[in-house]
Amino acid sequence: MRTGYSSQEVLETIRMVQMEKLDIRTITMGISLRDCAHPELKQAARRMYDKVCRRAEKLVAVGSQLAAEYGVPIVNQRISVTPVALVAEAADGDDYVPLAEALDRAAREVGVNFLGGYSALVQKGMTPADEKLIRSIPEALAVTERLCSSVNIGSTRAGINMDAVALMGQIIKSTAERTADRDAIGCAKLVVFCNAVDDNPFMAGAFHGIGEPDTVINVGVSGPGVVLRAIEQQPNLDFGQLASLIKRAAFKVTRMGELVGREASARLKVPFGIVDLSLAPTPERGDSVARILEAMGLERVGTHGSTAALALLNDAVKKGGAMASSHVGGLSGAFIPVSEDEGMIEAAELGAITFDKLEAMTCVCSVGLDMIAVPGDTPASTLSAIIADEAAIGMINRKTTAVRVIPVPGKGVGDRVVFGGLLGAAPIMPLHKWSSEVFVARGGRIPAPIQALNN
Amino acid sequence: MDKSTRVVVTVIGRDRVGIIAGVSGVLAEAGVNIVDISQTLMQDLFTMIMMVDIGGARIGFDELQSRLAVKGEELGMRIQAQREDVFSYMHRI
Repeated sequence: MRTGYSSQEVLETIRMVQMEKLDIRTITMGISLRDCAHPELKQAARRMYDKVCRRAEKLVAVGSQLAAEYGVPIVNQRISVTPVALVAEAADGDDYVPLAEALDRAAREVGVNFLGGYSALVQKGMTPADEKLIRSIPEALAVTERLCSSVNIGSTRAGINMDAVALMGQIIKSTAERTADRDAIGCAKLVVFCNAVDDNPFMAGAFHGIGEPDTVINVGVSGPGVVLRAIEQQPNLDFGQLASLIKRAAFKVTRMGELVGREASARLKVPFGIVDLSLAPTPERGDSVARILEAMGLERVGTHGSTAALALLNDAVKKGGAMASSHVGGLSGAFIPVSEDEGMIEAAELGAITFDKLEAMTCVCSVGLDMIAVPGDTPASTLSAIIADEAAIGMINRKTTAVRVIPVPGKGVGDRVVFGGLLGAAPIMPLHKWSSEVFVARGGRIPAPIQALNN
Repeated sequence: MDKSTRVVVTVIGRDRVGIIAGVSGVLAEAGVNIVDISQTLMQDLFTMIMMVDIGGARIGFDELQSRLAVKGEELGMRIQAQREDVFSYMHRI
């Protein structure tokens, strides 16, 4: 048979999907809302709703069509929009929650499970609209279901806006309190970034950046199971061979994303943006990044050697993926969320992985401290200090870092919290008990580092 | 991307009498031309890979998929039809 593939490759593809949980994690449509600004907030809300519904009308239908025709599960269809603070700026009024509600309604109308972009970019300072939006986040996340929010508080170019960092500690606390009846689920939809990217298709941190076209299709792939199985099958490789094996697996996973992205873009008549080649785990068995690190020879993720193992994995995934797609972007690397990864959950319950080790690992993973449940009585200043540490790692290393922690009201170390679905479950992890309050209260900006002066 | 009308049908399950007859019957009835057939074992399971062309088919791709799924249940096999691009694209540049 004269084809571009062998029957062995046909079976390999089928095995990856059937047994190793290879899937397209998300097709995310980025939609600019810049043309929705209006002096009246009500009108702005209506324009946002209308535009999202118009542009994303066929998104979910095309997603299911592609999944059926190619035989590859497409787990989510999602939408990212222009950071809402930028659009709201022109409108009157102090209360932006109606905009949040309009976007939530639009997400429900077109059938996507998450819409990201209730966001502000404040790495150097806040406009009045930025501050109003940030202060409305707890309420917005309490009254909506599908809305995700993010705030960029630092960058390598701008330094770290410590006023915004101090504020975000309080915002996370009140978001937790506003959704206390649901184990603080609001915090699972709120990400604080340093060096946020414009084309990230993954939630909760997706927004449609300022330099993007009117509408765009970005695809996030995922294949921890494929990488895990490849490593398990060849246990005696040295590190060079191991890296090469991971590259091959990442190549194939990314190719699948590229194909689906291009086809989705053609059928929706929307330009194709990027493939984000992240290894994104789920709480399901066999879909864990932690288990990949353990398969490399660590008794439990979190023990000594975990940072090195993750560095190798993250780099090999990028190298293999970069060969597979003409446009790689987004976050692209290995995610290490706690509650969303079955191996991480177990390691956290055993005490094998600690908060500090997770922080160290974020120096070499694709993003940051992710989906970590912490005691409900954690002071806001401690949360701010966690954000400052994480942002410092991102700022100095010119990478994206983020914090998505959940201080669960009424729960402490020894308790467990269940979010359900892809968000998973997690034990409450202990934090340092000594105060950072005076440090956080200083205010001002941490200056941009010398790395920023590269012109 | 070239719009190929070729589809790969894979049949996986325990070997038994009448698999090829059953599957090719569904295809013939739908006006789908079989271009190539190969068989192999994957982890002790019987595996048949058929390359077919749906260019002259009398029914749509989704209808073909559901008819094959029904036949699969009848035979106790898992039958899947996928556009061939997914295989050619995934492993090579």
